Amino acid sequence: MSSSTTPANVEVGPAGTPGEQRPPGRLNLGSLSVNIRQSGIYIAFALIVLLFSVLTDGALLQPQNISNIIVQNSYILILAIGMILIIIAGHIDLSVGSVVAVTGAVAAVLMVNYGVPWPVALLLTMVVGGLIGAWQGFWIAYFGIPSFIVTLAGMLLFRALTLTVLGNQGIGPFPDAVRTLSNGFTDGYLGNVGLGPLGGADLFSLLVGLIAIAGMAAAQWRTRAARAGYGQSVDPLPMFALKLAASAVLIMAVVVQLARFRNLPWVLVLLAALVLGYSLLANRSVFGRRIYAVGGNLQAAVLSGVKVKSVVFWIFVNMGVLASLAGIIFAGRLNQAGPTAGNSFELDAIAAAFIGGAAVQGGVGKVVGAITGGLIMGVINNGMSLIGSPSERVMLVKGAVLLAAVAFDVWTKRRAGAAAR
Amino acid sequence: MTDSILHMRGITKTFPGVRALQEVNLSVRRGEIHAICGENGAGKSTLMKVLSGVYPHGSYEGEIEFDGELCRFGGIKDSEDAGIVIIHQELALCPQLSIAENIFLGNEQAERGLIDWNRTNHQAALLIRRVGLAESPVTQIADIGVGKQQLVEIAKALSKKVKLLILDEPTAALNDQDSAHLLDLLRGLRDEGITCVIISHKLNEIIDISDSITILRDGRTIETLEMAGGQVTEDRIISGMVGRDLDNRFPPHEPRIGEEVLRIEDWTVHSPSQPERRVVSGANLTLRRGEIVGLAGLMGAGRTELAMSVFGRTYGVGISGRIYKDGRQVEIRNVQDAIRLGIAYATEDRKRYGLNLIEDIKRNISAVGLGTRLSRRGWVNENEEYRVAEGFRRSMNIKAPGVQSIVGKLSGGNQQKVVLSKWIYADPDVLILDEPTRGIDVGAKYEIYTIINQLADEGKAVLVISSELPELLGLCDRIYTLSQGRVTGELPRGEATQERLMYHMTSGQE
Repeated sequence: MSSSTTPANVEVGPAGTPGEQRPPGRLNLGSLSVNIRQSGIYIAFALIVLLFSVLTDGALLQPQNISNIIVQNSYILILAIGMILIIIAGHIDLSVGSVVAVTGAVAAVLMVNYGVPWPVALLLTMVVGGLIGAWQGFWIAYFGIPSFIVTLAGMLLFRALTLTVLGNQGIGPFPDAVRTLSNGFTDGYLGNVGLGPLGGADLFSLLVGLIAIAGMAAAQWRTRAARAGYGQSVDPLPMFALKLAASAVLIMAVVVQLARFRNLPWVLVLLAALVLGYSLLANRSVFGRRIYAVGGNLQAAVLSGVKVKSVVFWIFVNMGVLASLAGIIFAGRLNQAGPTAGNSFELDAIAAAFIGGAAVQGGVGKVVGAITGGLIMGVINNGMSLIGSPSERVMLVKGAVLLAAVAFDVWTKRRAGAAAR
Repeated sequence: MTDSILHMRGITKTFPGVRALQEVNLSVRRGEIHAICGENGAGKSTLMKVLSGVYPHGSYEGEIEFDGELCRFGGIKDSEDAGIVIIHQELALCPQLSIAENIFLGNEQAERGLIDWNRTNHQAALLIRRVGLAESPVTQIADIGVGKQQLVEIAKALSKKVKLLILDEPTAALNDQDSAHLLDLLRGLRDEGITCVIISHKLNEIIDISDSITILRDGRTIETLEMAGGQVTEDRIISGMVGRDLDNRFPPHEPRIGEEVLRIEDWTVHSPSQPERRVVSGANLTLRRGEIVGLAGLMGAGRTELAMSVFGRTYGVGISGRIYKDGRQVEIRNVQDAIRLGIAYATEDRKRYGLNLIEDIKRNISAVGLGTRLSRRGWVNENEEYRVAEGFRRSMNIKAPGVQSIVGKLSGGNQQKVVLSKWIYADPDVLILDEPTRGIDVGAKYEIYTIINQLADEGKAVLVISSELPELLGLCDRIYTLSQGRVTGELPRGEATQERLMYHMTSGQE
């Protein structure tokens, strides 16, 4: 970091060569302008949250409402994680809504009709989800039918299967454990602690939040140290600390609000684990890299020895498993598996991925981006219903946001392309 | 300089951060064939885009005078109305439409909004005959070869009452026969009074056909050479293009040849689109350690098909024959097998088949070695990946700000270095390099040759496929010739000449 004379330290972009003598204000400004281009989605999210906080007189950020946003959108976010991997690989999955329905139905039949113990039923349902994914993955990867067609067929097939399994009626209620996973909260294992003007909050939740932040800080510090050790460019220390502090404050703010309400929702714990795991998978695993390679240039991937068919097959299997998880959580939340469950979930998941910065041609996208995209839609839904907007207007706004997000992406790419020519 | 059809004066075109053209002047006489030469990045294409209105008036400085009038083109439509038509290197034809439909695309022969098919096909037939194409106007573009497609493009230009025809690398994808036909056609058009501006890397063709040559270098006009005297040689043009006398286009190399590493016997491959047609038949090849072997052949001789069928059966059906690696017979069913056996293949079309253009240098270089050399239990060591990529960036002299630079924004030569780095990192014993210097400027070519020599010195066997015979002669220790899928000759360095190679490359052709 101390010697910025090596060309490796030069960031691509209008910021230019960071000189040793440059005043710190300019340097920060320079890297900030680069960051805006890369992280427009996060800024947009912050602005939308800000907008609805003002419009709802702060109701959006009330403890109970934050909890609601997370719980109400959890299954879409889980689907978005699977969907972003598929979109990065240059494919699409239109069947996830129907798969949510059929796996929810399978779980209900197992637990309610046959009395299978819930952990076993959960596992079996996820196996069914995996098999559904394998079925679609086979036709797409090994038979060579476009994923749009296969999953469009799957959308009909698995909806039909749902109706068959359920006999056109809802099945419930679910065992308590499943309902807790979907709707419940961690217990106040350690009791409450006073937070002055904010009132009492759950100590356990706060500790989990602090541990998460400590873990994040330690991991980022280690990464930074390792990168610096290899002579790579890293953020200057103040910038690094600022970013870290900002994310710590953000996490802690959410955790405090949740701790003031009813502790941590279990789905949030699950989601956090999934986001962490899948981010690592996408960025650091060989398999994750293969997904980007396949989506970036299929032929080049083939000629570089990537087992393209196997990669495509497994991302659809993965999507099936995640859809079954979403199916169980959705059914558990409603406490019954219904024939219309998951209707149009696929559209929400796809929209989340594209709002979150995925490229239509494939090869580009991030798990965290898709989650942010899903949260943007969740906040719009929630915020607009708080101010009493009719559902048609919510739909209108969501459509406009999706279009605007992709238009912005195309526009910045074209500008970058023109500058590079 | 009596009757000039075109004057471009003081053309300056800047992109953010780059001055692509600087005070460029170009004068073209009416009814001549005028060639524009320069290394890649010299500004040839930019200049032609200015001329044809791709970059509209106002986005550049300087003036264009065409046919006696000062022109301010707002787009391609304007320049076409004035009689300037540009035919790009990548042909702009719709493969599923007929020849006639393509000729009149955007210029439909219609009556009150309805297309008059009789007139369309009749006029297309006349144009097709004029360019010497023996096809029916209703034939689909997909069913005719690249050479004929090029002629369709010219017919399309003629349909627009062209006065100045610009051809960007028209023969790059053509075999010698089709090239010769195309050049004849251009001469014919010149006699009819149509002026041509031609951009080409093939200097022998340029010398053959053009009346004058303008040389660009680094966005400036260097000189205009008159061909009438017959004094201008290839070396003369090259020295203008590179700004120095090129005594040595190839780095010196003393081969140290070891034992056999790869042997291919009785290799036969059939075409996937016509399974009864043999693309390669009964080919035998041997590669030895430390040896650079050339594979010469005309377009369509089966060079790439041979290489790709060996490289994990990535081309062809009904493949038969035997492959021996280090004396042991091996079975190569897919790319993974080939890589495991230490065989690498760097494709002739790096943008389509060689690189992930939207990713950075680092991830492209690691693409092959990722699973075996950069990961443990499926997890990538990203710091090691960075170190490796940075090492290649320095040793291969890849000109980019850093290994996080996006590969799609690099020049052709630097992209090729990324492809080579990717395969070198996989540490193969055999490297098959398909047209390793295609579309690369002279300076970068020299660097690529040096890299190839180094690979041989490290004991690797290198098979170079190239359409440029001087390249094969300057680089290879031994050269195979391929004609219609058969190996027709094998010449050691001392015996190989362009004439001999060409003799073997055309043997067996009617």
